[in-house]
Amino acid sequence: MLAEGINPNATALPATSPAQDHRLRMVNRTMQLYRNEPHGLIETLHTVQESFGYLEEPILRYVAAALQVPLSRVYAVATFYHSFTLRPPGEHTCVICRGTACYIGGSGQILDRIKEKVGIATGETTADGKVSLLEARCLGSCGLAPAGVFDGEVTGKLSPEKVLEKIGRWQHHDPEH
Amino acid sequence: MTLNIEDLQQIARIEKSKKDGFQHRINVCLAAGCLSCGSGLIKEALEKEVTRRGLDSWCKITGVGCLGLCAEGPLLSLPTSGSYYQGVQVSDVPEILDSLNGSPVARLVCPAETPFFQRQVRIVTENCGRIDPERIEEYIAEDGYAGLYQALTQMTPQEIIDQVSGSGLRGRGGAGYPTGLKWMSMAKAMGSTKFIICNGDEGDPGAFMDRSVLESDPHRVIEGMVIAGYATGANQGFIYVRAEYPLAVKRLRLALSQAERMGMIGNNIFNTSFHFNLQVRLGAGAFVCGEETALIASIEGRMGRPRPRPPFPVEFGLWDHPTMINNVETLANIAPIIRRGSQWFAGIGTEKSKGTKVFALAGKVVNTGLIEIPMGTSLRDIVFAIGGGIPQGGRFKAVQTGGPSGGCIPEQFLDMPVDYDSLAQVGSIMGSGGMIVMDASSCMVDVARFFMEFCMSESCGKCVPCRVGTRQIYDILGKITASRATMAEFTMLEDLCDLIKNTSLCGLGQSAPNPVLTTLKYFRDEYLAHIHDRQCLAGACKKAEEVL
Ligand SMILES: Cc1cc2nc3c(=O)[nH]c(=O)nc-3n(C[C@H](O)[C@H](O)[C@H](O)COP(=O)(O)O)c2cc1C
Ligand code: FES
Repeated sequence: MLAEGINPNATALPATSPAQDHRLRMVNRTMQLYRNEPHGLIETLHTVQESFGYLEEPILRYVAAALQVPLSRVYAVATFYHSFTLRPPGEHTCVICRGTACYIGGSGQILDRIKEKVGIATGETTADGKVSLLEARCLGSCGLAPAGVFDGEVTGKLSPEKVLEKIGRWQHHDPEH
Repeated sequence: MTLNIEDLQQIARIEKSKKDGFQHRINVCLAAGCLSCGSGLIKEALEKEVTRRGLDSWCKITGVGCLGLCAEGPLLSLPTSGSYYQGVQVSDVPEILDSLNGSPVARLVCPAETPFFQRQVRIVTENCGRIDPERIEEYIAEDGYAGLYQALTQMTPQEIIDQVSGSGLRGRGGAGYPTGLKWMSMAKAMGSTKFIICNGDEGDPGAFMDRSVLESDPHRVIEGMVIAGYATGANQGFIYVRAEYPLAVKRLRLALSQAERMGMIGNNIFNTSFHFNLQVRLGAGAFVCGEETALIASIEGRMGRPRPRPPFPVEFGLWDHPTMINNVETLANIAPIIRRGSQWFAGIGTEKSKGTKVFALAGKVVNTGLIEIPMGTSLRDIVFAIGGGIPQGGRFKAVQTGGPSGGCIPEQFLDMPVDYDSLAQVGSIMGSGGMIVMDASSCMVDVARFFMEFCMSESCGKCVPCRVGTRQIYDILGKITASRATMAEFTMLEDLCDLIKNTSLCGLGQSAPNPVLTTLKYFRDEYLAHIHDRQCLAGACKKAEEVL
């Protein structure tokens, strides 16, 4: 577990480019909203993930120092909650809902077929770094089961074919998608 | 800015006359379900076309919250004629506008005289699909914040608690604890700092009532919270919402800033000495954070792990201060109770379960979506009359209520009235309101395994029975579905359920065996067929050798 998480030897933030500065500014803003108090940790991690795509280790150290929370607790929180990921996501993300309604509606088969055809299971990214597969526990679109989220866009009434077609397009650089 | 009652009435009057000034109004559902079918584009297209035809002062397009029948989205409603349209496409827009003065577009009409619409009694969802959730004025025009005004200016905290107690309202978060009693203990709790938390975690993976309320009518929840604060002596509130509901979070934040601007939260609310502050906090995808002590830990920025109760949060909660936690739907009932009186509310429902309940009806049923019905409606009415029965002539097998903490209810109980006590009698719970219908194609052992997998991965790991026990049960269920379990393992399954139920620390573990226990009780033959005959009666499971 540690291997994918915190490297105990790394220290300060890497040299930042202007773009990174902007992302850091967002993180700072959230922390200030909570007056840099420890209870702002979860909200801050949400902002980190939104701005950086995942919880990058140097940023976690930075947040720990700024909120005066032990790094161990930042790591514990980052790994306890399912919304957070310590690994960089692929270029595109496909989330398949595995809530009750979607499971009864066949989302298990969709996941099986993705595994069979694309070769990735939940939490994995294709070797070309293009597509990550995630699972959700109910998107609140149960009326449209099975549902999924493709790059942030919720789509209902999925079938294995529809999902595979979408992923295929991502993998083959269709400029439209 | 602080308002008085004349200001409120003035806002309501202006809003109503604005509405009445339009010959026609079209409401487009912009709740998450319809949005994912493209209702946003339809609203845009309608607006453009109305402007292009120069009809801006004649026809008003409004984005509204959930209209209920999510399966048939995108949905439109035409309040001026009372009709609904379903499955609308952008290309239908000109025709819809053409027909406004004539008869409706037959091919799109969604019949409104069906039990789905007629049998519902709307209290919590009275504004859902009728007002624009992004405008506080529309909420005020529907008597919004009148309850708060009345509470703050004409009632003592004790009178409010008496109304809530007298209404018979019970917590909608699952356990059904009488809300009035909870408010009373909170009012009595010692301390000058007290917190109110609205539980919008909605962890049941198949339920979306709270999300719909937050997306469609966020001010109703805010109003309920401020009243709760005044009644119990709390000045600070938190609304804890799942991170998976970005639209609900966005609308809540917007609603909060509007309410703050108009002075419904902040200092000297309605020119009284009462002040109340409110913040939104995000969850981060952990089911156990719906449990109140875990939720408190999460707001404090820690891992969401429950602790033993007592002490209960009303004595010892957020940052060790008295803290009262109520569910979204519970709080959404408060303003109407204050406005219309406890007797009105107590007149709806059954003897011990008052009022209505919102259910998210999903699974193998024709009308999937959101329904609000009086407590005591029978399961048969819900599934067959309101839900329209099983699609494609399928055969009803069971209905699951209460999510991972609930149970599967078989056909023999279809005529049972749905209330807290009768659901508990058959081994299930009301839960937060998820209701999943299953037909003959679902294997009940597999369903039990699905829920156990959920509890196993959501177990916080603090207590052993839940952490280890759910894994053991899951493994045995996996063997059964793969047709390679023995009778000895089957016996062990029953023992394990008993053990986990009785020794786990929090509600997650204590209720995790429920789906297994109810399926064992009502669908034992399906378990035994996998073991003795190596056969799945539903034809859903694969044998071990087929998987390889
Ligand atoms: C594992 C677990 C999950 C829970 N999830 C929720 C939830 O998602 N929403 C909710 O309102 N209550 C949930 N509860 C119940 C809460 O602990 C609490 O009883 C409830 O929010 C109180 O509000 P009420 O009195 O208005 O029902 C959960 C309880 C447990 C044990
Ligand atoms: S179960 Fe998939 S959206 Fe609710």
